Amino acid sequence: MDYFLELFLGGLTRGSIYALIALGYTMVYGIIELINFAHGEIYMIGAFTALIVISVLTLMGMNTVAILVIAGVIAVIYSSAYGYTVEKIAYKPLRNAPRLSALISAIGMSLFLQNYVLLAQTSDFLPFPNLVPDFEFMEPYAHIIGSTEIVILLTTAVVMVLLTFLIKFTTIGKAMRAASQDKTMAMLVGINVNRVISVTFVVGSATAAIGGVLIASHVGMINFYIGFIAGIKAFVAAVLGGIGSIPGAVLGSFILGWTESFATGYVSSDYEDVFAFLFLVLILIFRPSGILGRTEKNKV
Amino acid sequence: MESVLKVQNLGMNFGGLRALDSVDLAVGRNEIVALIGPNGAGKTTFFNCVTGIYPPTEGDILIAVRGKGDLKRINGLKPNRVTEKGLARTFQNIRLFPHMTVLENVMIGRHCRMAAGILGAVLRGGSTVREEQSAVQESYAILEKMGLAPFVNDFAKNLPYGAQRRLEIARAMATEPFLLLLDEPAAGMNPYETKELDDLIQRVRHEEGIAILLIEHDMKLVMSLSDRICVVDYGRKIAQGTPDEIRNNPAVIKAYLGEEMDA
Repeated sequence: MDYFLELFLGGLTRGSIYALIALGYTMVYGIIELINFAHGEIYMIGAFTALIVISVLTLMGMNTVAILVIAGVIAVIYSSAYGYTVEKIAYKPLRNAPRLSALISAIGMSLFLQNYVLLAQTSDFLPFPNLVPDFEFMEPYAHIIGSTEIVILLTTAVVMVLLTFLIKFTTIGKAMRAASQDKTMAMLVGINVNRVISVTFVVGSATAAIGGVLIASHVGMINFYIGFIAGIKAFVAAVLGGIGSIPGAVLGSFILGWTESFATGYVSSDYEDVFAFLFLVLILIFRPSGILGRTEKNKV
Repeated sequence: MESVLKVQNLGMNFGGLRALDSVDLAVGRNEIVALIGPNGAGKTTFFNCVTGIYPPTEGDILIAVRGKGDLKRINGLKPNRVTEKGLARTFQNIRLFPHMTVLENVMIGRHCRMAAGILGAVLRGGSTVREEQSAVQESYAILEKMGLAPFVNDFAKNLPYGAQRRLEIARAMATEPFLLLLDEPAAGMNPYETKELDDLIQRVRHEEGIAILLIEHDMKLVMSLSDRICVVDYGRKIAQGTPDEIRNNPAVIKAYLGEEMDA
């Protein structure tokens, strides 16, 4: 039973990380119907920024919890700036171009950012310090769930609540929902759609950066390529849940996290990705619009 | 009469197709003007140019500056800027935000009149909260005027057809326009609903002091509402005048019914 619980919580942790990244995919898709392939790279840049800040602050001899918080905040700001800029450079000029052009542009941006970090930093794996202290009250449960996992779960929960609030109740959230339903009409009721799109990219990048910092301190290693795999997995999660739907992305992420965790635990760790992608294939065959996705009705 | 909208020599080409050819039109303060013509005459293209969806190929579009007498050119402005300046429109086919509630649909219209930015929305200072509360109240007041109060918390997509049409007008009103462009507001309505719409548009003009430019095929409605009628055919303006003048205008009769053949 303990083993099952361990795998369950492990899957939940993985799922939380996927969810933080998948949110960016699904929000951007919801508004401009673009798969932002550079999104995984934003997450990677978040992890790198955090590592640099952590190294500097550690040299200055600060308290570890303070370091983690400051590094997180700076990573969020930095990644958001990247997300904003990527949209302005690579997607905005293609707003009225065929969708395939924007998609190619996204892949180009992804390769560019990977190689940029490769050149600016290094191709080696860099150790990422685990800054989450071991909580004493966790001691009796340490064999089931670690302190880092608890921090990941709590942070994700807080981010989800804030995001739900932002989208459901604030003016900018209403504007985002309106723009995702009918962009022309949104403009005609006075919404600056370009600004709404920018905000979407900034918010998506911020949650991805939070995910980047959390998983880096969980795994303990980063390199320029981590954004690719994480990005693909989060993309799978978003499609699984129904791309464009925010609750869908979260649900898809947890399902993916559990699938991987149980497959690793009960079958073999070699089959982790096999199960993840098998799930994707099955969903696409039987429910192409995803679990919570809206079925698109195209009028001829 | 003082104009709120003045369109001069408006032309719009789509490739080789001349959809609008030097159209002139003016709408005065508090006036109801109808734009009529056979299908494909360029009426909706005219609306799209005026509201900034298409940048016109040639000509000028001038609208009144809020609170002042003078007119300002708005060619090439984005639709959201045009709306901020005081123009609002509805569409031929209903374009509500179907997955939002009726109240939210109207509140979205208040968006461009609100000052709070993104930071304010996130931090929720006192002024943002007050602004949002007053937006709810104002939106509710508009819904009551439109007879939509019973539906406030329903999703827009679940409303009866006539109510959806009224909600479109309510949302447009929420942007505080001085000119409302209605594209076939009576399309698909039964005679009873059309009569209600007639009263509603009259009320909008008298109580809110909003000028109205409408495209409509229902001639009974057009004749009863309009102060002036402008007729277009093949992108050209072929006639303009009071309902009575238009009714007897040979060019209009020809455009609608075709030429009389001599046997």
